[in-house]
Amino acid sequence: MRVIRSLLSDDVPRGRLLVALLAAILVGLAVVPFVAGGARALNTAATICVFIVLVASYDLLLGYAGIVSFAHTMFYGIGAYGVGLALGAMGPTWWAVFTGLATALTVTLVLALVIGLVSLRVRALFFAMITLAVASAFSVLASQLSDFTGGEDGRNFRVPEVLQPGYRLIESEIFGRAIDGRLLTYYLVLAVSVVLFLFLLRVVNSQFGRVLQAIRENDFRAEALGYRTVVYRTLANCIAALVATLAGALMALWLRYVGPKTVLSFEVMTDILLIVVIGGMGRMYGAVIGSVLFILAQNYLQLGMGRAAAQLVDWPWLARVIHPDRWMLWMGILFIACVYYFPTGIVGKLRGTAR
Amino acid sequence: MNDEFVPAQQGKGAAIPAAALDYAPLVLVPAVAIAMLPLVGSFPTWVTLTVAGLAMGMMIFIMASGLTLVFGLMDVLNFGHGAFVSVGAFAATLVLLPLGDWTQADSLALNLSAVGLAIVVAMVATAAVGWVFERLIVRRVYGQHLRQILVTMGGAIVTEQMIHVIWGAEQIPLPLPKALRGAFVMGDVAIEKYRLLAVAVGLVVFATMFLVLNRTRIGLLIRAGVENGPMVEALGYRIRRLFVGVFVAGSALAGLGGVLWGLYRETLTASMGGEIVVMVFIVIIIGGLGSVGGCFLGALLTALVANYAGFLAPKLALASNILLMVAILLWRPAGLYAVARR
Repeated sequence: MRVIRSLLSDDVPRGRLLVALLAAILVGLAVVPFVAGGARALNTAATICVFIVLVASYDLLLGYAGIVSFAHTMFYGIGAYGVGLALGAMGPTWWAVFTGLATALTVTLVLALVIGLVSLRVRALFFAMITLAVASAFSVLASQLSDFTGGEDGRNFRVPEVLQPGYRLIESEIFGRAIDGRLLTYYLVLAVSVVLFLFLLRVVNSQFGRVLQAIRENDFRAEALGYRTVVYRTLANCIAALVATLAGALMALWLRYVGPKTVLSFEVMTDILLIVVIGGMGRMYGAVIGSVLFILAQNYLQLGMGRAAAQLVDWPWLARVIHPDRWMLWMGILFIACVYYFPTGIVGKLRGTAR
Repeated sequence: MNDEFVPAQQGKGAAIPAAALDYAPLVLVPAVAIAMLPLVGSFPTWVTLTVAGLAMGMMIFIMASGLTLVFGLMDVLNFGHGAFVSVGAFAATLVLLPLGDWTQADSLALNLSAVGLAIVVAMVATAAVGWVFERLIVRRVYGQHLRQILVTMGGAIVTEQMIHVIWGAEQIPLPLPKALRGAFVMGDVAIEKYRLLAVAVGLVVFATMFLVLNRTRIGLLIRAGVENGPMVEALGYRIRRLFVGVFVAGSALAGLGGVLWGLYRETLTASMGGEIVVMVFIVIIIGGLGSVGGCFLGALLTALVANYAGFLAPKLALASNILLMVAILLWRPAGLYAVARR
């Protein structure tokens, strides 16, 4: 027990249902390749892992520091493009992965520092607007520099041999599953995601995290107590951006592809925003629950909506409203309802007690 | 302290000494345009680029003016403003597509009345959407910036999806009326007719806003509210009601901008507003949050620079806006015309 407590930085999920859900998610993610054999299930699970990290790092900003950024996908994209382009240019070696990652992290750090220092002095609103502008300029730039980035089509690349689908770690199968490169990639993604999540949990429960929450509640007072709010906010911005970059790198390794649609588009940004708020702002476990629900819904609920819409041909209006392409409508309504009525999201409800 | 603020009624026995008009931003726009002439090289190209830039700037100004005023008055930044632009453009199709006979007739009067009717319908529609938006979404989160950003963002998603529900997911072609197509050619200089119309509408809107804000009682109250809201309330005016009015008017202006922008692009997508809203934000930051005059100059400046950059270095067109914004903010950290208190 004590080991678990210290791994979780003493921030244990309270509430039996929440603990059970989180344990089920962890076990589910760990055994998915052996239970559900299909490529679709594995892909969903890997996406969930990456999104948990991405959303948790965004929650550090939005939920703990009280800053709204629209540039989170930009950093995610930098990570993905860094690894992807390096692998494309230098061939499928681990050296290329690390070079790409190091470059991406440096670029991210510089950008996050500059954006933070320029615009975090003023107000949350200003930061939101500036990040929106910078991120959209970046994504236009990425799709226009097509010689370098592959433009709208993006780039396919080969990953190091160990991670390629054809690779076999051992010849025999285990539980009817070949131990191939995809499986290894999945476990790499899962392991790194768990480590990063625990790291973020440590950050928000440290002294630093407490100061961030103090600034969120009353920045004037925090400043008066002697904390340099600009420094703390900028640091939070940098940490969140670096973690998002790592998440992007994981996604690139998993997909073996980078393109503006998957890692830079504004849709990804709205997805992150929706997951954070629906899962629960200011609660790291909200990122876990939110990501799992959202991505499962994205992948499977839409099928159900499609069937239901097909049943309703007699009421064309209703059919249009529950058409699978319109699921963002319902997510948007749920989002607004969450902001008003459940500011602590699903996890806040499950915990029962407000902090 | 606020020497950059320009009182409208200068002098006339006022006890407060009138602040001098701040000329530097006014000079900046023509200065940039003239400085670009040698870089562009040929005069006719320069004229075409400049007129195109002015037209673009006017359209952005129309969309941005409501946003900046709403912000100035009530400290509300509406991230759903872009969705209003899309709603306006789509509402225009309700008039322009059935009135195909009018728009395709070879008569300027019929064409213009079709566009005029479309503008009225679009403005009424977006005003209604704005009113509902204010009631349902914005009203409860005054003074809470974080929730405001989130909730207006959510409202934008829902509005955009409702456009899909009502008008379908396909993009809708919206051809320009016949008499507005093509260009006037004077020697080597070609000026597209539609751009002239956009410039004219933009100037009318700016002039109307300027007159309303500076010459009417309601304008006086709005300016006073921007400057010091609690004081206006203490004098017995209901600033909430004033604010709802400004919010609805701002939404209607977004709708007008949407019609112009939609006709300019000639194809409508539900995300068109979300794409332009980035430009709009840059413009109101450059202009100084809350300042209508700054917004006007900022819009012209941004569009001109984007156009010149698009011609001189096409790949940097959108990055040019960011660079411009950084440059302006280095010069004046609160924008061209800083509004007091902000």
